[in-house]
Amino acid sequence: MVRVIGFLIGLVFAGILLLAFISNLSSYFTNPPTPLAAEEFHRAPKELHLASDGPFGHFDKQQLQRGFQIYSEVCSACHSMKLVSFRDLKGLGYDDAEIKKIASDWKTQVPSINPDTGEETTRKAMPSDTFPLPFPNEVAARAANNNALPPDLSLITKAREGGAAYVYSILTGFQNQPPELLKKFPDAKTPANLHYNPYFANLNIAMPPPLTTDGQVTYAPGNPKPTVDQMARDVAAFLVWTAQPDLEARHAAGIAVVIFLLFATILAYLAKQQIWHEVHSGVRETGPLDPVNQAKTRRAKAKAGVAG
Amino acid sequence: MSFSWAKPYEPKHPLMRWLDERLPLPRLVYGAIGGGYPVPRNLNYWWNFGVLAGIFLTIQIITGIVLAMHYTASTDGAFNSVNQLIMRDVNAGWLLRYAHMNGASFFFLVTYIHIFRGLYYGSYKAPRELVWMLGLVIYLLMMATAFMGYVLPWGQMSYWGAQVITGFFSALPIVGDPLRIWILGGYAPDQAALTRFFSLHYLLPFVIAGVVILHIWALHIPGSNNPTGVDVKDERDTLPFHPYYTAKDGWFAAAVLLFYALVTYFLPDYLGNPDNYIPANNLATPAEIVPEWYLLPFYAILRSFTADFILPAKLWGVLAMFFLPWLDKSPVRSGRYRPVFKRFFWLLVIDVIVLGWVGGSPVRPLTVAVGQIAAAYYFLHFLVILPLVSRFETTLPLPLSISESVLHGETGRDSPAVTKPRRSKAATAVVD
Repeated sequence: MVRVIGFLIGLVFAGILLLAFISNLSSYFTNPPTPLAAEEFHRAPKELHLASDGPFGHFDKQQLQRGFQIYSEVCSACHSMKLVSFRDLKGLGYDDAEIKKIASDWKTQVPSINPDTGEETTRKAMPSDTFPLPFPNEVAARAANNNALPPDLSLITKAREGGAAYVYSILTGFQNQPPELLKKFPDAKTPANLHYNPYFANLNIAMPPPLTTDGQVTYAPGNPKPTVDQMARDVAAFLVWTAQPDLEARHAAGIAVVIFLLFATILAYLAKQQIWHEVHSGVRETGPLDPVNQAKTRRAKAKAGVAG
Repeated sequence: MSFSWAKPYEPKHPLMRWLDERLPLPRLVYGAIGGGYPVPRNLNYWWNFGVLAGIFLTIQIITGIVLAMHYTASTDGAFNSVNQLIMRDVNAGWLLRYAHMNGASFFFLVTYIHIFRGLYYGSYKAPRELVWMLGLVIYLLMMATAFMGYVLPWGQMSYWGAQVITGFFSALPIVGDPLRIWILGGYAPDQAALTRFFSLHYLLPFVIAGVVILHIWALHIPGSNNPTGVDVKDERDTLPFHPYYTAKDGWFAAAVLLFYALVTYFLPDYLGNPDNYIPANNLATPAEIVPEWYLLPFYAILRSFTADFILPAKLWGVLAMFFLPWLDKSPVRSGRYRPVFKRFFWLLVIDVIVLGWVGGSPVRPLTVAVGQIAAAYYFLHFLVILPLVSRFETTLPLPLSISESVLHGETGRDSPAVTKPRRSKAATAVVD
């Protein structure tokens, strides 16, 4: 009974799926899908190699500091960094006094309450604070940016396909719309206030090119020249750190754990071989009078007799 | 427990004797996973995955309990409690979270291998029907637990995943919409849904642990199946679980934990979705809503039905598997002796992988078409093909017993206790 019902249900299901398949197929031919500009002209992120790549990757602190400089001088005008505190900057190689200074010199202040009057006010940031927001709220952020909301950058390299390479590609990918695109898709002209960037999912990004000229930021002596490409690499490296400050500790712990488990596996395997080896000898010891062996002998004899 | 030759527990130390007379807990353990549980001697490495599933359940419960100490189940605080507090400020919090995230993936991976092993070797057949069905209950509970756990960080995929999955309940006739609103505690996922999902996500693993105990209890009555599918006949067919299978499970568990560590420490976000690092936003739908990889085959089946009917299709998919012991009537258990069944089995494995690929791909005419064919095969396999195969297939001759299969002919990779050919020769020589 179960099988009859199952059989019928199975056939009905397959039939429904087959009908759906046929109707899809016919609609595909009668009404073929139109290609989209975003599908054809979207590009995968450029290649980017950072010191933090790979299982032995670690941070290039010099580069992270440059990236932090770009963030504080350029990106932080619009982009928040809600999850990162000033005290975390220790990971970039700054000491306590430097961090205190960075916090108190930060261009926006932290909302606070006047202890005497209870009125709302602001105070200088402290190392224990997270980076103050560039805009007090989402409405203010949108109002200042043509109704586009600049995303928080704390986790951006984890929150986008391609990670740091995506950030680097976006920052260096601004360009004029290719004429082939407009020839093929006349309606796909980049609207006013948007900017063509083939590394952005729908090709038109609201953010204007933030890094426009070489030397836009002045690096301390001993650093590479601040070309647009170099600045984009540096800020991408910095944003890897903001998204995963655990990276170095994780890699170090990972190598130790893997080595430990490798030894444990080998030792446990040898122990298993030792224990199962005894099974072989144990069976062998049962000797010729064991019923199994006697039966085997009888069979062997019978077989030999038949063959012979 | 199950066989007359199972070694009884004999406590040696007076303290253990004293304990045994009052609370025979060591006796229980000895009979379950000690020297008192005889196991077929010819189990291959596919039999290691049940123990591994137990190990990963334990890892999930331990890491989960500690994570819950730092997690905040509020729509305002959940994302930050995970991505700021746990990932940055809690000591080794990143390790706890990555171990928990990837532990879920590995739990499903080993469980899938465990299920397919059962399918291939006919472990669902009499007298182990209840072992199989309890296993499916565990699997359903796992899916529910994993789904609710994925909602907790309250990222974009958490929110929209909850929206889509609970949306399937509204496919039920009449009760559908009220049921969905009742489950969510509102019209869309919000504070009520998040709090109850957290509560249930904490509860269900312990329910799973309970059903696992029933699963093992039911298994230990007939004892483990084996690659030949032939019943255990006498003592020569078995080895005590300890030390033989504890040693074999032990080294293999260490090897799998090595892979788990590699993923957790070096590719922690590889199996996740980048969108879940964006805070939930009920006004911005992600371009593609995708569940975690382990739910993709069922997601593909769901999407293949342009209209859900009677019960959501996913439920039918698992229901079909529930009746497997009665759908496949072939008296031969092991796929090794079933040439036709074997081919369809591998076709099913490929089919499920194809469904997984379809579930993870964007909706395009090609993926939809492939998904519909693959989903149709999934149902046909369990409901139509298996019953027909079991009726018409000519099976290969079975070995008389396990030890027969181990000691003669089948000197295969799966017979750990193969005796060297020298032995039988020597034996015959002496008798002759």
